[in-house]
Amino acid sequence: MLVKLSTALAAIGMLSTAALAQGAASPTDPQIAHIAYTAGQLDIEAAKQALSKSKNKDVRAFAENMVQDHTAVNSKALALVKKLKVTPEDNDTSRALTKAATEKRAELSKLNGAAFDKAYAANEVAYHSTVNGALETTLIPSATNPELKSLLQTGLKIFQGHQQHAEQVAAALQ
Amino acid sequence: VLPGRSLVVYVIIVWGMDSVPAQADVINVVIDNLVFSPEEIKAKVGDTITWNNKDIVAHTATVRGGFDVMIEANKSASLVLTKPGAVDYYCRFHPNMKGRIAVTPD
Repeated sequence: MLVKLSTALAAIGMLSTAALAQGAASPTDPQIAHIAYTAGQLDIEAAKQALSKSKNKDVRAFAENMVQDHTAVNSKALALVKKLKVTPEDNDTSRALTKAATEKRAELSKLNGAAFDKAYAANEVAYHSTVNGALETTLIPSATNPELKSLLQTGLKIFQGHQQHAEQVAAALQ
Repeated sequence: VLPGRSLVVYVIIVWGMDSVPAQADVINVVIDNLVFSPEEIKAKVGDTITWNNKDIVAHTATVRGGFDVMIEANKSASLVLTKPGAVDYYCRFHPNMKGRIAVTPD
């Protein structure tokens, strides 16, 4: 299952070939928790970059909502792993996500004004689409703890909303 | 003696309510797991809609070119309906959330 996820990530050019050479086993709950939490933190980082660079009202409103929502979901996730006594476990998928997001931030840091806004919005569409796909096809089906599964399902609905919101922002920038 | 008196009081109250034209109501909409329930509501001008957000994230009830109500996480927010007509609303933050209000004149 991790291979499928990695393939999805690679499809939009987020992963190196080296990162693809990983185990075929389904991710465990500690790994799933780590991947979901990391995905949220990375989107918060992206939003903070947008807030420091963009002057566009819609882009800023979107970024502010990303900070709020992902912070809320991740605090819920932290409370849950604490309650379940699960220690989130770093893994290749989390590392690949982090690497890709770091590279994307570096790329976006060179852009300004409308060029930045467009690139940020387009990446938010692609990023949420990838993470939502991973949640739907891999992370949610693989989660064994019902509370973790339920939080991921709620997260998916929230992030599907973000994807639509990002699509609207991106379309308005065209 | 008491039951009889209660009945008289009851009758007067009911009669009194009946004579008031179109009493304003409060209509509750619950937001849970990114769903407005009920999704469609019928109301009349003067009624209040109260959205009760049970989610961990903030939502809005927004009509394009119309009202925009912010509903914080785990809080409620209200709106008094002032115009007749049917409107579709959605959440600005999560446009996959949709609802509809049909407002009849008072």
